[in-house]
Amino acid sequence: MRLGLVIDLDTCVGCHACAVACKQWNTSGTTGPLTDESPYGAAPTGVWFNRVRHYEVGDYPHTKTVNMPLSCMHCDDAACVTVCPTGASYKRREDGIVLVDQDKCMGCNLCAWACPYGARELDPQDGVMKKCTLCIDRIYDGALAPEDRQPACVITCPAHARHFGDFDDPDSAVSRLSRERGGRKLMPELGYEPTNTYLPPRSAPTVPTADVRRGSLMSNVKDWVNKAIAR
Amino acid sequence: MHPALSVIIFTVLSGAGYGLFSLVTLLHLSGRYPASGQTELVTQLGLALALITLGLFSSTLHLHNPKNAWRAVMRVRTSWLSREAVCALSFYPFALIYLWQVLQVGVEAGPLMVLVGGIALSLALLTVFTTGMIYASLKTIRQWHTALTPANYLLLGLALGATALVAVHAGFGGRSEGLVLLALGLLLLAGVMKGLYYLWIREVSGPSLNTATGFTQARVRLLDQGHTAGTFLTREFGFDPGAGRIRRVRLGVFGFGFVLPLLLMGMVLGGGSSLWLAPALMSALAGIGLERWLFFAEARHGVMLYHGLQRT
Ligand code: SF4
Ligand code: SF4
Repeated sequence: MRLGLVIDLDTCVGCHACAVACKQWNTSGTTGPLTDESPYGAAPTGVWFNRVRHYEVGDYPHTKTVNMPLSCMHCDDAACVTVCPTGASYKRREDGIVLVDQDKCMGCNLCAWACPYGARELDPQDGVMKKCTLCIDRIYDGALAPEDRQPACVITCPAHARHFGDFDDPDSAVSRLSRERGGRKLMPELGYEPTNTYLPPRSAPTVPTADVRRGSLMSNVKDWVNKAIAR
Repeated sequence: MHPALSVIIFTVLSGAGYGLFSLVTLLHLSGRYPASGQTELVTQLGLALALITLGLFSSTLHLHNPKNAWRAVMRVRTSWLSREAVCALSFYPFALIYLWQVLQVGVEAGPLMVLVGGIALSLALLTVFTTGMIYASLKTIRQWHTALTPANYLLLGLALGATALVAVHAGFGGRSEGLVLLALGLLLLAGVMKGLYYLWIREVSGPSLNTATGFTQARVRLLDQGHTAGTFLTREFGFDPGAGRIRRVRLGVFGFGFVLPLLLMGMVLGGGSSLWLAPALMSALAGIGLERWLFFAEARHGVMLYHGLQRT
């Protein structure tokens, strides 16, 4: 299995609900807490596994706002695991999920340096590295209803912009989506082979106008006059 | 990248220590150390070990969970940091036996001394190389991802070690043109290599905000980072000294690190007092300290693309 996310940049509205749901689930889950510093102060800061950033693509007037949630891509060639000296960072053979064993981590930051996607954040309180687990404590929890065995971010997304599944299965929803919609990997030139895939915004279809209104005689004459007489 | 003082101190001091150790050992075992008394040899080796140990101790200060530091030797097969830890640790027994032999037997190099000294020397150089490779192996930081990085670490360590060696030699009243020439040559070579490095990193390459977001056919710019205050990422990677400061610090690197010590060594070679080698060492340490600060400060991590940089 190769579990991961498909994120639809066409429908993502940039509401940060996934980031908040992630924070809520994981701060009280097995990897928690996701420590905050001065949460009510002037400069609140803390650990997040998922962050949403906002970009403008193109030049005026042909611009588009793109909201981009970023979390661990659970890379096939995960340099964060390669560089880790303690063996705290590891990639699971059975499903490809990249995890940190907090009992082994020495807090050297090297894995965060090796990750191009900003997916790892050190918790200064605990002194260990923390990152997205793909909600491993949800997706395998048999006590949950099958539709709830998904990452918190996927379940919460009000725009259905997030999809979870197995990329090794060509018939899974994520495989089909990324195939049909031309899913893209980020920074492919670095060779990390990220699993998470981003669907580009669809180009807006042109609204057909030809059959919208059959012109009356009067309007046809008007149109003809407008065309014929140079203003 | 945020320049952490503990890492700067670690790489400069232990680099100098390993450089000093390997040069002294090489000269001693090959019989080229000019008229060395036992006390001088022991002082040189002791100083090298002190620098190394101080540096390694400083390196543990940047760990946020040092109680697990012993685990750093667990991933030698993949991690350069692990390899560095193993080299640094296995250096000690050989270095200490070597030092003990010099204390017991004296300066005459016996077979055991050659054996343990040779191994310690190789491990010393290997440690500096692995330190360089920790940085060079990171594809995320184009300013580090080059063979020039370990080359710089090795040459700068050897140059600092050689400068320390001649300064201590002078402190014992020794005067050796050959040694000063060696130090001068190494310092010059290290300076040229650093200059090459600065030229090399001017060439912009690697990912851009376009490849980072996947929008490669249009201009992309950041509208909002999504957070009002700083994060771990902006604190760790967001440091940017600005072009003006980089230029000024570079002047300091070349001035204190290379030009001034080279001039002072030239004066000594030209017949001046050997005592000038002490300020040469101080100046080289300061300059290469600046060099190390800059090595971190001007490195730009790929994740900063997501924070609005167009190119790293
Ligand atoms: S996104 Fe970063 S943390 Fe996640 S697997 Fe890839 S390199 Fe590692
Ligand atoms: S911070 Fe922890 S998980 Fe990351 S490389 Fe260091 S020891 Fe490994």
